[in-house]
Amino acid sequence: MGEQLIFERSRAGRRAFAQAPGGEAEAAIPDEFRRDDEPLMPEVSELQVVRHYTRLSQRNFSIDTHFYPLGSCTMKYNPRACNAMALLPGFTARHPLGPVSHGQGFLACMYELQEILKSVTGMKGVSLTPMAGAQGELAGVAMIRAYHLSRGDEERDEIIVPDAAHGTNPATATMCGCTVREIPTDAEGDVDLAALEAAVGPKTAGIMLTNPSTLGVFERRITKIAKIVHDAGGLLYYDGANLNAILGKVRPGDMGFDVIHLNLHKTFSTPHGGGGPGSGAVGVGERLKPFLPVPVVGKGERDGAPYYHWLTEADLPQSIGRLSAFMGNAGVLLRAYVYIRMVGRDGMRRIAEFATLNANYLEARLKEAGFEVAFPSRRASHEFIITVKNEAKALGVNAMDFAKALLDKGFHAPTTYFPLLVPECLLIEPTETETRETLDRFVAALVEIRDEATKDAERVRGAPYTTPVRRLDDVKAARQLDLAWRA
Amino acid sequence: MPFIPHTEDEVRDMLATIGVDSIDTLFDEIPPDLLIGELEGVPPALSEMEIARLMRERAARDRGALSFIGAGAYEHHIPAAVWDITTRGEYYSAYTPYQAEASQGTLQTIYEYQSMIASLTGMDVSNASLYDGATALAESALMAVRANRKAKSSRVLLSAGVNPVYEQVANAIAGTQGLEFERLPLDAGKGVTDLDALGDVGEAPVAVVVQQPSFLGSYEPMDALTDWAHEQGAMLIAVVNPVSLAVLRAPGRWGKEGADIVCGEGQPLGVPLSSGGPYFGIMACREKIVRQMPGRIVGRTTDLDGAPGFTLTLQAREQHIRRSKATSNICTNQGLMVTAATIYMALLGHEGLRRVALTSQAQTAALVEMLCGIDGVERAFDGAHFHEATLRFDRPVRPVLDALAERDILGGYDLTDAFPDLGNALLVCATETKLEADLEAYRDALRDVMQ
Repeated sequence: MGEQLIFERSRAGRRAFAQAPGGEAEAAIPDEFRRDDEPLMPEVSELQVVRHYTRLSQRNFSIDTHFYPLGSCTMKYNPRACNAMALLPGFTARHPLGPVSHGQGFLACMYELQEILKSVTGMKGVSLTPMAGAQGELAGVAMIRAYHLSRGDEERDEIIVPDAAHGTNPATATMCGCTVREIPTDAEGDVDLAALEAAVGPKTAGIMLTNPSTLGVFERRITKIAKIVHDAGGLLYYDGANLNAILGKVRPGDMGFDVIHLNLHKTFSTPHGGGGPGSGAVGVGERLKPFLPVPVVGKGERDGAPYYHWLTEADLPQSIGRLSAFMGNAGVLLRAYVYIRMVGRDGMRRIAEFATLNANYLEARLKEAGFEVAFPSRRASHEFIITVKNEAKALGVNAMDFAKALLDKGFHAPTTYFPLLVPECLLIEPTETETRETLDRFVAALVEIRDEATKDAERVRGAPYTTPVRRLDDVKAARQLDLAWRA
Repeated sequence: MPFIPHTEDEVRDMLATIGVDSIDTLFDEIPPDLLIGELEGVPPALSEMEIARLMRERAARDRGALSFIGAGAYEHHIPAAVWDITTRGEYYSAYTPYQAEASQGTLQTIYEYQSMIASLTGMDVSNASLYDGATALAESALMAVRANRKAKSSRVLLSAGVNPVYEQVANAIAGTQGLEFERLPLDAGKGVTDLDALGDVGEAPVAVVVQQPSFLGSYEPMDALTDWAHEQGAMLIAVVNPVSLAVLRAPGRWGKEGADIVCGEGQPLGVPLSSGGPYFGIMACREKIVRQMPGRIVGRTTDLDGAPGFTLTLQAREQHIRRSKATSNICTNQGLMVTAATIYMALLGHEGLRRVALTSQAQTAALVEMLCGIDGVERAFDGAHFHEATLRFDRPVRPVLDALAERDILGGYDLTDAFPDLGNALLVCATETKLEADLEAYRDALRDVMQ
């Protein structure tokens, strides 16, 4: 059953009267600027709005309602306390341009978050302003480019990207005015060193790597890679998408990376919100510190106590500049701060350990159940890949069919068809917050789907059946564009 | 172990299933010399009770000021239902709706949002949002270059009253791709773009950006600027405040042909100030250039049974398909903020939003009237203003603001650095949230400070 659109519930003259100023407001708008038509907004009561959006929310899968093993997205529990603390009135009411005298509580949290992130990543400086992972990437590559230009090294505009990389990596390099050089991955999932050696040279600005990679394995020769790139005059960029796998165990700074972005909405459990807001803080080594995006929070002293202030272009004249109107997604940063303080020093390491335990356990169970693992000779990191290419061939049900059939079993689907290197793949990331019994039920569900496909493949190809809608016509959506409702 | 459910027995069994003797063994592919010990920079764990106490203390330190600052972020009443519903786990803890069948709630909400924003801006289509208003302008400029292939120029001209930080952000994001942003001259008497100076701006630009109302609170001559841009073969990008569009003419109807792209800061639609984020960027455009638009877009279609449903569409523009040839590297939108804004607009309706806009305008007018009764304070411009206005002092602004802050009044945004030609100028804002007593408190404190 479909839900009506909110516009279809509208009746002329109905309103949520408690929510707008009463009386008759004077129209002090000169005629030449004034609007003479009514914008489309529904005329509905407050209860209608509450019921409509409550019911819509129930048409979603979410972490709070379903196991959500979406690879590379780290869909772990988002503690409720983080949200409650970030929504304290003192924080939500603070204007971004308010004076630091009226923001010491907020700034103290931000300064401490910067320091903690430095420690966790092994970097020397942190800026919290990037508003998503992709913007953190943009900041990182822009800093690499600015570094080379500041040394008069103008030819360095090539960014090397392994073929397994997230799509954002090459897209970011292009946005920064760089060209992309893709290098292959070897059969065991490591970067092809010979190809890397052939690719580096006087035009190399840097390399963008995720470690553990999107193939779910740790890049074992990372120190060698760092040496090859550094010797060629390039810098190393760490895509923090998979940091959850190594928190408290090993640090990008120690591996030789010069710049890193973190996905606070993955590793530090801030909400994914149906597709954002994210937060993509960046960390840098000594060489890139002058180029950090502003503002950054600085710490001084007043009357014997810490006193926090903003560091701006005046303090960092070589900065790549501002990436947001104010200081980034402050409320997301507060949530990450609360999460980190609750997890604490020892908890960091345990995140990586139990995320890895869950992934390896799930991989072992699926292998046992007869599914093909993409890199059987390797340890899984916090995620791993299975390929259903055999099932696709023998039974005619592909990775998409498994994904959709899982929805009927009450599980969100893993990431499908990424990375592009592995045919018919499912990238599975269980995270540390799931119980063993959930993982066991997930294995049972995949086995059931395969059994059903053996008996009636057509039925599996028609899944899902129990969701609010069945498979949608994407071709029609793109060809007969219907992007806005009109009365 | 906070948030980790494993019992000791389970860990032992799970390790046995994997075939290893310890969790440490699972990390044996990492070169041993890279493994670290204690993370000394991370403090020990706090319980929820302990962190709640710490955060309440810190939040309390930031409270209590009466704020008259706008400058791109505005305090409005937010109905309780907005965030009550938005933070339901089903919205809060879902991800990008890749699996459409399992995400109809988020997708339909975004479709309703797109419908309202398209209408509010007078455009055909809206995307599912960008990060914030500043980045929305940067992305709009890049989009204009893609959509306006006839133009050879890389110049983007900005109306005199574009938010100066938006210009900085546009430079940081789009400057690396060769775009050059230049500001049109200001008519310092009116606080808007000087139309008389348009004759000699040189090479025809690829796009012209008009912020309405301007950062200084005034109304730009948007019809003349739109027609002027189109005469030169440039795209017209409008930067708007969505609340103002309840009462101001939609950019789609500016000049003879209307704006081509509209962007702006969505925060006034139900998102708390929260030190600057998370907010969301609005972006809307004409349908003929929708394939150049960055960000997620939701479309309505049908399912296998012919029932209506919603899905992400036009994904061939995006990074996960196009990689280095994508329209942008953007992945996320600001989904949760869009949910809040949709609920906000549904609760207010066009009549409610009109009342918010007009009441805010009237409050600012009343504030300006009161403050200009003080010696040494005058209006900077003669023209009309929306819910922000520029004042001029007979002395430097900064010390006055500092003295007001000591009285817990945040008196506005100091324009001295960004607009030096205006002298000792201050931008003030009062929305529907202010009572007459608040305006009087500001007046009394300012009178005191100015004596």
